[in-house]
Amino acid sequence: MKLIFEKSVPGRRALRTGPTDVTATANIKKDLLRETPAVLPELSELDVVRHFTELSRRNFGIDNNFYPLGSCTMKYNPKVTERIAACPGFADLHPLLPQLRMGRMLTQGALRVIYETDVLLRQITGMAGFTMQPMAGANGELTGMMITAAYHRDRSNKKTTILIPDSGHGTNPASAAVAGYKVVSIPTGKNGVMDFDAFKKSLNDEVAGLMLTCPNTLGLFNPQIKLICDLIRSVDGLTYYDGANLNAIVGKARPGDFGFDIVHLNLHKTFATPHGGGGPGAGPVGVNEKLLEFLPVSIVVKKDDGTYALEYDRPKSIGYIAPFYGNFGVILKAYAYILMLGKEGLSRVAENAVLNANYIKEKLKNHYNLVFDRLCMHECVFSTTKQMAENNIHALDIAKALIDRGFHPPTVYFPIIVKEAMMIEPTETESKETLDAFIDAMIDIAQLAENAPQKLKSAPITTCVSRPDETAAARNLNIASL
Amino acid sequence: MPFISNTPQQQKQMLAEIGLTMDEPSPSKGLDELFADIPPEIRCSSLDLPAGLTEQQVHKALTEIAEKDSVSPVRDAARLTCFLGGGFYDHFIPAAVYSIISRSEFYTAYTPYQPELSQGTLQAIYEYQSAICRLTGMEAANASLYDGGTAIYEAVMMAMRITGRNKIIIDDSVNPIYRVMIRSYTMNLQIDFEHTNSSDGLANHEQILNDIDDKTAAVILQNPNFFGCIDDFTDIADAAHKKGALLIVSSYPLSLGILKTPAEMDADIVTGEGQSLGMPLSFGGPYLGFMATRKKYVRKMPGRIVGETKDRFERRSFVLTLQAREQHIRRDKATSNICTNEGLCALTALVYMSLLGKEGLRETAQLCADKAQYAYERLTAIPKVEPRFKDRPFFNEFVIDLPFEAADVTAELIEKGFAVGFPLSRYYRKMEKSMLICVTEKRTSRQISDLAEALERVL
Repeated sequence: MKLIFEKSVPGRRALRTGPTDVTATANIKKDLLRETPAVLPELSELDVVRHFTELSRRNFGIDNNFYPLGSCTMKYNPKVTERIAACPGFADLHPLLPQLRMGRMLTQGALRVIYETDVLLRQITGMAGFTMQPMAGANGELTGMMITAAYHRDRSNKKTTILIPDSGHGTNPASAAVAGYKVVSIPTGKNGVMDFDAFKKSLNDEVAGLMLTCPNTLGLFNPQIKLICDLIRSVDGLTYYDGANLNAIVGKARPGDFGFDIVHLNLHKTFATPHGGGGPGAGPVGVNEKLLEFLPVSIVVKKDDGTYALEYDRPKSIGYIAPFYGNFGVILKAYAYILMLGKEGLSRVAENAVLNANYIKEKLKNHYNLVFDRLCMHECVFSTTKQMAENNIHALDIAKALIDRGFHPPTVYFPIIVKEAMMIEPTETESKETLDAFIDAMIDIAQLAENAPQKLKSAPITTCVSRPDETAAARNLNIASL
Repeated sequence: MPFISNTPQQQKQMLAEIGLTMDEPSPSKGLDELFADIPPEIRCSSLDLPAGLTEQQVHKALTEIAEKDSVSPVRDAARLTCFLGGGFYDHFIPAAVYSIISRSEFYTAYTPYQPELSQGTLQAIYEYQSAICRLTGMEAANASLYDGGTAIYEAVMMAMRITGRNKIIIDDSVNPIYRVMIRSYTMNLQIDFEHTNSSDGLANHEQILNDIDDKTAAVILQNPNFFGCIDDFTDIADAAHKKGALLIVSSYPLSLGILKTPAEMDADIVTGEGQSLGMPLSFGGPYLGFMATRKKYVRKMPGRIVGETKDRFERRSFVLTLQAREQHIRRDKATSNICTNEGLCALTALVYMSLLGKEGLRETAQLCADKAQYAYERLTAIPKVEPRFKDRPFFNEFVIDLPFEAADVTAELIEKGFAVGFPLSRYYRKMEKSMLICVTEKRTSRQISDLAEALERVL
């Protein structure tokens, strides 16, 4: 398909601008102006709409079909939240408005949304307070690490390391490192969760904290979680809960009750806001009582007269994470989602997410190598080592064959601690019929792997491209049409 | 239950397949057994949340909050005429932008890990990277960062990786919000920041040229700067390069419709807030951080990058490339911790730039500048109103000085229907009488005249 720049026709226009209704002309000397205009496409509105409609047909979203991408919680995104976020009373609000005198009173609705989302998230997680500023999960992790550093600085602790199990998301060690910490990786034990003895051996006074994804990327809950939090506390470390997998326990258990000090949530996962083809997300961070003073500013507070205000005067705050109040449009959609589900609905989320994952696990475990044969949480991890040994069929081949059957593949080759991993997260919004169709496809593919493996090697055949050469892309780098 | 498809009957069948049973009188008991790994003492019996609302109820409740955003008897925020800027702008957004980004094949997808199902997203990102390069004049751009502030922070980290140095020079004409963000993000790192004070509305060239030394990793500047003034950093780029340091320029993308590009000034890393390219103000986000650089620094750049390649039938294809820089592979050695970024906002910017096109972007930028000039002439003609930086060229923002504290005026102007003038005293101690005024192409000559009359009356 042609690039939009290749469709350009000199002189063609979409949007008409102007005419100017002022008499003045800007007084900018020529040497401050660009020499030639930016070479953007010259197209009609119809050309542009057709181009992007064609691109959209070369894409696959949750609305197309099942999207069991492990650790990404691709649940259905309710349409009404899009309508709410588009309301001019929210969408057209300038973020500097509440910083003007009187302006605060003009933005009470938006401030209320932020405040109430904070209150709801406190209830859901058992934490004492949230910042809504982090703009994605990894941004929340970095915020958590900055809070950790501020806490230790405040106590004059000299601590240098963060413990992270090797089953954690890649963002965990990256976030700890960019915050200035040294990362110590803890291996996974035979039971699929962090090796407890290795953890205890790594525990010393250098430890500033532990980052834990729970359940982890193998979909397993660590039953010793409370003890682990206690042990970290015994060296005055802080425990960080990576909430990317909160969908597994939402409504059934709260990280604050396990003893975690800091929690981040991915509103675009657990709270159903769209993933947008890779963002925007939102990664609010909650902390317990002793860390409240370190939260970023501003914080939305409710005053005695019932109005909402921004509070900046927090001397121990880590500062600004976002320019303003976070990805407000995303927060608003999550707020609407939580209000719709309510107490009863939210408690059913994890139950059905875990039920769906275990159902797939049971139905497929005779066909693929199940890495840990026990109850899983919201996702299950298989490996194609059997198919690989017998017929040289890799996880990637299974993924590509699924595409031809109308499904988005699971996450493959992650977690990296499992060879040929396939990580399947169905979410609660999928029906048994959809799961059965997916299971049938997976079984069909497993049989082909045995009987006609060459057919899998040629998949996918139904898509506009098939197995693009990634090595060539990196070697002969072409990342822009200039 | 909302958004859960399985009926109790189906749940029962599925539980049986797993080997668990569901007691009829308490249907949740079987489901409860799925959570056997969570010790009972840390389970919660129920959440203290309100009962769920129907779609109709939630839509009504939230649109009422939006429409009655104000508890002020005088004004409704959404109906104020906006003269606020400060890096975040009230530009016109063509209808086709929203129509295209609302296609759910785009917005309900995720990171394009499977290229065969994501050619739409991947090609769009490639085109976005290309458009950012064409706009800034640079050779390479990434797929997006969170916002303009974190983009500068990432540029600082990148400059330190490239140069192996840790001294950063930053002028106070860079957006003060971003300066606070950079300080916050780097609090725990060994970075030697040197702050220069702007001089009569422009970056302090003299001091910066003097301060660049062989420990300097980068100089951070902004154009147009926070006061709206237009600068040229060619001399600073030259001096930085002579000492092996880099120039980072934060720019306002729409202004590049007419202004000299960072590449023409020989900048090394260009960042900016992309909100002006088709995104609503939305009370602070989601926005779009963009970053562009020289080709030789691509492997040191953070974030996702899309590259063109061929598939096994030699068809043009797009894939995520140079992933070995990223956190899911390199973990603690990655160039950044960023994963989810602002994909849909990057698509928005691309669609916006495509609809405006080569001429439209130039004309829109020119309109902003012309209308701002008109506002400048009208407002500074008012007795007692003085331009803060007389004769300095500006793009679509300028600073005026009032006879008394600028913050005192804003409430009165809000009552008259204008969201105007950001009082600079919030970030600049010696500028308590100064106010930053922004004019976009959306403002009419009538609105500007009305503002001038209203301001004259309150002085």
